[in-house]
Amino acid sequence: MAPTAVSNKLKATHRKQFQELQEAGEKGERERTMTLHRLFPLRLRQTIAQVRLLHGSGCGHQLEEVAMEPELRKETSVFRTQVNDPACQSERHLGQYYTLPTSHLHTIFPHGLPARYQQQVKTFNEGCVMVRQPALELISYLKAADYSKPAVRYLLYGLKGSGKTMSLCHTIHYCSTQGWLVLHIPDAHLWVKNCKELLPSSYHTSRFDQPIEASNWLRNFRTTNERFLSKIKLRQRYTWTKRESTEKGSPLGELVDMGVSRVKSSSDVVGAVLKELRLQAAETEESEGFRLAVAIDGVNSLWGRTTIKKEDKSPVAPEELTLIHNLRKMIDNNWCGGAVIATLSQTGSLYSPSSAYLPKELLGEEGFDSMDPFIPVPVSNYSEKEFESCYLYYLDRHWLQHPHSKTDEGKKEIIFLSNRNPSVLERLCAFL
Amino acid sequence: MGEDPETFTQQDIDRSIAYLFPSGLFDKRARPLMKHPDEIFPKQQAVQWGADGRPFHFLFYTGKQSYYSLMHDTVAKVLAAEKQQVLLLSEGPVPQDTKPISLVGSRWLLKEELEELLVETISDHDYARFIQLMERLLSLPNCLSEKDFVQRYRKQLEIQSSKQQVAPLQYDENGVAYSTADGRRKTATCTVLLRDCGSGSISINGRDYLHYFPVLQDREQLMFPFHFLDMLGRFDGQCTVGGGGRSSQAGALRLAISRAMLSFLSEGQVESMRQAGLLTPDPRVKERKKPGQEGARRKFTWKKR
Repeated sequence: MAPTAVSNKLKATHRKQFQELQEAGEKGERERTMTLHRLFPLRLRQTIAQVRLLHGSGCGHQLEEVAMEPELRKETSVFRTQVNDPACQSERHLGQYYTLPTSHLHTIFPHGLPARYQQQVKTFNEGCVMVRQPALELISYLKAADYSKPAVRYLLYGLKGSGKTMSLCHTIHYCSTQGWLVLHIPDAHLWVKNCKELLPSSYHTSRFDQPIEASNWLRNFRTTNERFLSKIKLRQRYTWTKRESTEKGSPLGELVDMGVSRVKSSSDVVGAVLKELRLQAAETEESEGFRLAVAIDGVNSLWGRTTIKKEDKSPVAPEELTLIHNLRKMIDNNWCGGAVIATLSQTGSLYSPSSAYLPKELLGEEGFDSMDPFIPVPVSNYSEKEFESCYLYYLDRHWLQHPHSKTDEGKKEIIFLSNRNPSVLERLCAFL
Repeated sequence: MGEDPETFTQQDIDRSIAYLFPSGLFDKRARPLMKHPDEIFPKQQAVQWGADGRPFHFLFYTGKQSYYSLMHDTVAKVLAAEKQQVLLLSEGPVPQDTKPISLVGSRWLLKEELEELLVETISDHDYARFIQLMERLLSLPNCLSEKDFVQRYRKQLEIQSSKQQVAPLQYDENGVAYSTADGRRKTATCTVLLRDCGSGSISINGRDYLHYFPVLQDREQLMFPFHFLDMLGRFDGQCTVGGGGRSSQAGALRLAISRAMLSFLSEGQVESMRQAGLLTPDPRVKERKKPGQEGARRKFTWKKR
C-alpha cells in the first residue's frame, strides 16, 4: 500500500515539474515557432506543435518520446524531406535535408565529398545533404539542355566555405541516378602540388607523368562507374610497350584494370580513357550512347602555377603534366552529349590571394579564355531559412550540446559569429 | 592683452604662462609655473615650543602630536555619543528617528592624504586604528551631530558616468538613425558608422567581417557590445580600420562600436556599459626598450665571468 502511494506522489511531482518546465520552455519556443511559421510552408505547421515539444526542455523530452507514436516522429522534422531522388526535388524542398542512401555513398562518392563532411557522415551515421538553390538551378539546366549540341560548361563560384563542393556533389548524385557516366576529379589542386614521383612521359618527351595520382583516380573511377566498364568498347588499339597492347573492341574495364595494375603507364591510360569517353558520348541514346558528366573541383588549378619542380629545380608548367593536358582537352567544348560542371576553389590553390573568389581573378586570363563561354552559378552563404534548417538538423542530431546554444540568444550569437557561412557554422557548432 | 582681471582664473594663468614662457622640457613639474606658494612648497610644521623650551601641545612628547590629538578628540566624541544614548534609553524606549550619516559618494582619506592633512608621518597601523575608530563612531545611533567632523576626513567621489559625453543621434535622408565614433587600441585606429534598422551585417574596409577576421576571438570581440545590450541583429556597421595587428584592430573596433552605440541607449544602459568596461580605452601600449637590457624587461644573458 505504502510503496504505491509513494510512487503516485512521485509521479504527481514529476508531472508538476514537467508542466512548469514546459511553461518556461514555451516562452522561448513561442518566438522560435513564429520564425518557423514565417519560413516553412503551411502544410508543415500542424507538425510544429510536436516539434516544439520534441526540441523543448530536457525533462519533458523523455516523457514526450514515450507518449509519441512512432510514425508521427518521421513527419515532425520540418527540415527533412522524404524525397531522396534529386530529379524529383523542386523549390518546395529548398532548405530541407534529404538522405543519401548508404549504397550510393560508397559507389558514387568514394573520393568526392569534402573531408569534414565525411567525418560528419561517420558521426551522424547518415549522409544528409541540404537542397540549395545553386544545385537546383544546375539540375534544372541539365534537365533542359540539348545534348546534341556541344557540351555546356557550368562554373560554381563563391566565397570560401559557402558550399560549392557540396552543390557539386548534389549535382553528381543527380547525374548518377539518371544513369550518366560521371568523371569526377575531386580536387584538381592535388594534381599540381606535392607530387612524390614525377616520371617523364613515354608518349610525349616534353611531358611528365604522375603515376600515383593517376592510378588512385582510376581506382575510384572504377568504383563509380562499374556498370559502364563492360558496356563501352574501345575504338582504337593502344600499345603500351613492345609486348603489351589493348586491342580495339575490348571493354573499357580492361583498360582501367591495366592502368591500375601498371602504375607506370597509368597517366597515359587516363588520357586514353578520357579520349574514348569524349568520342563515344556524342552518340545518341538509342545506339547505346550515354551522357557524360565531367565534374572538376578546383578547376582554377589547371591554368595556374604548380609547385612541382624538375630535377634541375625549374618549375613545371601545368601543360607539361599529362593529366592536366588531357583534362584541358575534356573541358574544351568540342564534344557533344554531356556537360562540364566545375568549381572554383581558392582554398587549395597556389599563388592566389585569399580574398579572390571571382572567376576572372582565380582562373586568370588563359583560364577564362579557355572556359569562355560558361554559365556561372554563384553560391552564397545560408539564407535565413537554410540557417534555420541547419540549426534544427544539428539540434535533432544532438550535435549542439551546450545548453545556451539551444536558446534564442545563443542562436543569435551563432548567427553573428558565423555570419551564416556553412563551413564556419559547422566548425563553430563542432565544439558547442 | 584683452583679458578681464575680475574673472581671471588659475586656468587662465597657467595658459598665459605656457604661452609666455614656452618650454620644451618633458617633465611637467620642471616647466615654469605661477601658483600660490602654499601649493608649491610643502607644508612644514611650525616651531612646536616657545622661548622657554616648553612645547605648546600637551602631546608633543608622543612624537605624533596631531595624530594623537585627533584620536583623542574622536574618542571624546564617541564617549559623548554613548553617554547620550544611555540617557535616551533610560528616559524610555524612543523610536529611532535619527538617520545615520550618508556615506554614499565619498570615501575615507587615504593614508597619504591624512599625512598631508596632519603634516606629519603616520604608520599603516596608526592609519588602520584611525579608520577603525571612525567606523565605530559612525556605528553609534546619535552621530548625526558629528557629521561635519566626519566629512572633514572623507573625500567626495565624482560620478564617473556624468563625465561620459554622449553625442546626439543623427538621421540620414531616409530617416534612418545613425551615429559615428572612433576607437584606438595600441597603434590601431578605426572609425565606425552604426546604422539602425539593419540586419547585423558589418563591413570592415569594404570586406565582410567574416573574411577580415578569420579568427573566432576577434569576431567575439566585435560581438561583445551587441551581445551585452541584446541588440545583436539590429545594427548595420560600416568600419574602416588601420594600423596595429589583428587583436588590437579588434579591440579598437569594439571600443568604437560601444561609443557609437551610446547615442542609442538610455542612461542606465550607458552606466552598465561603463561598468562592464566597454567604454574604457585600454591604456596598455608597448613598453620602451631600455639601454643595457635586451628588451623592455628582458636583461642580457648573465655570465658569471
